[in-house]
Amino acid sequence: MLTVTIDGVEVEVEAGATVLQACEQAGKEIPRFCYHDRLNIAGNCRMCLVEMENSPKPIASCAMPIGDGMVIHTNTPQVRKAREGVMEFLLINHPLDCPICDQGGECDLQDQAMAYGLDHSRYRENKRAVKDKDLGPLVKTVMTRCIHCTRCIRFATEIAGVEELGALGRGEHMEISNYIERALTSELSGNIIDLCPVGALTSKPYAFTARSWELNTTETIDAHDAVGSNIRVDSRGRSVLRVLPRLHEDVNEEWLSDKARFANDGLRRQRLDRPYIRCDGRLQPSTWDDAFSAIADRLKATNGDRIAAIAGDMACAESMIALKDLMTALGSPHVDCRQDGAKLETEVRASYLFNTTIAGIEDADACLLIGTNPRWEAALVNARLRKRYLAGGFRILSVGPELDLTIPVETLGGGPDALAALADGSLSSSAVLSNVERPMLILGQGALARFDGSAILGAARCIAERCNMVQDGWNGFNVLHTAAARVAGLDLGMVPEQGGRDVSGILEGAGNGDLDAVFLLGADEINTSDLGDAFVIYLGHHGDAGANRADVVLPGAAYVEKNATWVNTEGRAQLGQRAVFPPGDAREDWAVVRALSEVVGHTLPYDDLASVRARLAEIAPLLGSPDEIGPATWGAFGTDGAMNSDPFASPVSDFYMTNAICRASETMAACSAQILGAGPRDTGTHG
Amino acid sequence: MLDDEDRIFTNLYGLEDWRLAGARARGDWDDTKALLEKGRDEIIQEIKDSGLRGRGGAGFPAGLKWSFMPKESDGRPSYLVVNADEGEPGTCKDRDILRHDPHKLVEGCLVAGFAMGACAAYIYTRGEFHREIQNLQTAVDEAYDGGLIGKNACNSGYDFDVYVHPGAGAYICGEEMALIESLEGKKGQPRLKPPFPAAVGVWGCPTTVNNVETIAVAPEILRRGYSWFAGLGRPNNTGTKIFCISGHVNEPCNVEEEMGIPMRELIEKHAGGVRGGWDNLLAVIPGGASVPVIPKSVCDTVLMDFDSLKDVKSGLGTAAVIVMDKSTDIVKAIARLSKFYMHESCGQCTPCREGTGWMSRVMDRLVEGRAEVAEIDLLEEVTYQIEGHTICALGDAAAWPIQGLIRHFRPELERRIVERMLSDEGASTEAAA
Repeated sequence: MLTVTIDGVEVEVEAGATVLQACEQAGKEIPRFCYHDRLNIAGNCRMCLVEMENSPKPIASCAMPIGDGMVIHTNTPQVRKAREGVMEFLLINHPLDCPICDQGGECDLQDQAMAYGLDHSRYRENKRAVKDKDLGPLVKTVMTRCIHCTRCIRFATEIAGVEELGALGRGEHMEISNYIERALTSELSGNIIDLCPVGALTSKPYAFTARSWELNTTETIDAHDAVGSNIRVDSRGRSVLRVLPRLHEDVNEEWLSDKARFANDGLRRQRLDRPYIRCDGRLQPSTWDDAFSAIADRLKATNGDRIAAIAGDMACAESMIALKDLMTALGSPHVDCRQDGAKLETEVRASYLFNTTIAGIEDADACLLIGTNPRWEAALVNARLRKRYLAGGFRILSVGPELDLTIPVETLGGGPDALAALADGSLSSSAVLSNVERPMLILGQGALARFDGSAILGAARCIAERCNMVQDGWNGFNVLHTAAARVAGLDLGMVPEQGGRDVSGILEGAGNGDLDAVFLLGADEINTSDLGDAFVIYLGHHGDAGANRADVVLPGAAYVEKNATWVNTEGRAQLGQRAVFPPGDAREDWAVVRALSEVVGHTLPYDDLASVRARLAEIAPLLGSPDEIGPATWGAFGTDGAMNSDPFASPVSDFYMTNAICRASETMAACSAQILGAGPRDTGTHG
Repeated sequence: MLDDEDRIFTNLYGLEDWRLAGARARGDWDDTKALLEKGRDEIIQEIKDSGLRGRGGAGFPAGLKWSFMPKESDGRPSYLVVNADEGEPGTCKDRDILRHDPHKLVEGCLVAGFAMGACAAYIYTRGEFHREIQNLQTAVDEAYDGGLIGKNACNSGYDFDVYVHPGAGAYICGEEMALIESLEGKKGQPRLKPPFPAAVGVWGCPTTVNNVETIAVAPEILRRGYSWFAGLGRPNNTGTKIFCISGHVNEPCNVEEEMGIPMRELIEKHAGGVRGGWDNLLAVIPGGASVPVIPKSVCDTVLMDFDSLKDVKSGLGTAAVIVMDKSTDIVKAIARLSKFYMHESCGQCTPCREGTGWMSRVMDRLVEGRAEVAEIDLLEEVTYQIEGHTICALGDAAAWPIQGLIRHFRPELERRIVERMLSDEGASTEAAA
């Protein structure tokens, strides 16, 4: 610890800290534009200048390492003058377009101009104008507003790992550019909007939509992937206008994937806002009473073991427990939350969790990827892997498809053959894992959602044990989920009971007439044409594949429209808050199931959120203690069976199109087309 | 006036052979092994005792700079980088060393590199110096062929490589940190200090960046002894220096002279005097474009060294003496320099990026008097808002010429404004009539 004096107050600071950090510790606010504590130090805005005794010139506090006995002054006339000067320089070429700027109200330049700037302009020359750049469908540019802090360049280069932004030209003609005017190819590109201290980079889909002070802010949890990113949802009236990240050091830090940030326009399209009943082959608008009685008529006439239920990827814990309890009451053992058919087991909790934890990646020494593309399946897990890689001494091996993770990956093979060789130690590369202190592996759904998934799970366990990945205080065995619902479903036992059918069994049974009724809880990722003549009840929020096949449609709530419990891939339960009400007649899913249970004559024993949550905690205690990661004991799981030699494939073939909300989003469609080159091609007569 | 026997650069004018044979005849590469045998510490001590100050402009004591290099390697190699990106307007001394006496530089690289424990020297040359680079490369090749550098350089047992690297024409790449960035293949923008290059320099390794002239004089100092060098000039401003005299003199030239020579003597003895006589002198920029201009009244008595020029609020800089007689439009001259700095600012940090453009535009108006008198004060304030607030010294360099102008020629600025105002008024009265 070093002692420094800041404005006459002595503070103890850790060695290696900067003067700016020391000033913050002493409670002194230092204005800054270029400095950001998660990016490399650039020191170019010069706004953070402070006075250091024995230095003839003011120093840039963001870049100056602290030295013992330093005496710093942050509020002298010289410092105030320097700040005024820098502020004036930043403003002379900044346009006076605040009234039409989307950053207005949350602009660092505005705020700091108020606090540290002059109250009048002395600049009589013409202002500079800069050509706008095309950064794709997500980021809108007004480059005349740019103050050249280079945060976006540093984010793209360091965190996102795509060297697509840079500075061109010099002096006052310096411009931030992506050289060739092509959409940024990062899944994290939206974060440069948050980082931009001015209105140079703003959200393109949100352009001219609202002012920040008109918005209602709700803190909740993202459900587009299994990371459980902490988000804040900004809404006005009944619509969600934008989604921003919230700080959670152990999960998403302060970043957010583009899908979580920009898919919200999908919440306004293709919505199920009233019940529907299929009459004469067509879905007809209906009422809750009619829909419920149609279901009751059918279910009362059906034997319990001829009914099944599948929970989709965005189902919350509350709705899954209600559905499972209802199915149990009806006498059905056929429930499953593993839409993709992943051969996950529930007996050993460690067998389906990301045990290392996302933050724990930073402590690992080597990593083996099995059938996963973390960049698309969980962009923020990939960002963590990259962060760990940049810290040095971290090798990544992969069994699966060739990957571009923005970091070097050594691909050992495409499928189970390489895995078997790793498991029996015959592959020399296994030394990379066994010779380090804290190795880890990440097992993706692409490796598990196959017929030989159990054997692959067993082989992965074998590798983990052989390479000493499971030790005291360290568990390097990780399953990376893609569905926000999955871990909660497994925790709640949303899998077939004794004699029950799993997803493929349910589809087979529905197809051949062994099952008469199937309840889909937002399940859209199954092949609905396999459902045969079964009576299909769909409870969900979007008119997607499931609703299209349903005989009765019950309108539910999307993830931002309900108070819900989510468990991320680490096994971390987090509580989401309702930001807006579901549209029309739609209701929170668990309440719909509860109401239905009454109509079918098996009334569930809870009728408010608190008692549902009590029921959750009864079955899975950790769901009752938000943001905690409980101990997950190790045990035997998986089988020793033979593995097929087909190569692994990632379950995500298009990052922007993974669920019903994304598929309804125009923004995601534009991303898919412009960034990934998917979608319809120009025909010559397309207009 | 410097005696011929005290000159270091004996082929400054290229009258003799610049290649190895000629250089040897002039005493270069004479028992360099013996110089190295003095040992690292001894060499650095002698350079310190000689009082040699960096010849690139800032005048930092060279021996002290070398002593910052790590004595023991932590696994990283150390490098010497020679700054031959001579772009300061008015300066052309390094160019003559490169083309007429390149072996002095190559030998200096070995001696200085050895003293700081460097394994190689990178000579970053201005890209426009095409012929000079050819000569330098020839000299390097000759030195390799003669066993003077490379493996077991001069039979000393020390391995030392020299690489010549052409720049791409940016003034800012003459700033040591931008030079390092550029050498690494990046956009030439100065890095923040600390860390200083002696700790983290080129490719993250300990590095010392020195001017061509500083390195080239080192072997001669060691050969003749530090006391010889320290005996020339004035205390704290010792030795000889190449002065580049240009502008309104009868015979513009480069000349090696003793530090501390009176400016008037320098100009009259070596450059044939000011055009039209000393009384026709208006002002002199004594150290390259970035130092403040001084008027004739100061030039009459000032001595040409670091401390004397600093005392008159100017600087020795690169010792590029730009002489302007009374036919000069001094405002236009300084406005041109402002334009130069606007053009050459790297754009990285705010005060310089935005301020150089502002200053240049105001200067352009002041040339024609299209301004208000209060704007002179505004301009001066802007220069102080830039000075000392930037990452590198380019901000200061852009500010100083204007400060010098306002300090010494404010009446001229005001006169133009008033005249313009009067002529505008006259024009409007005429139009009204």
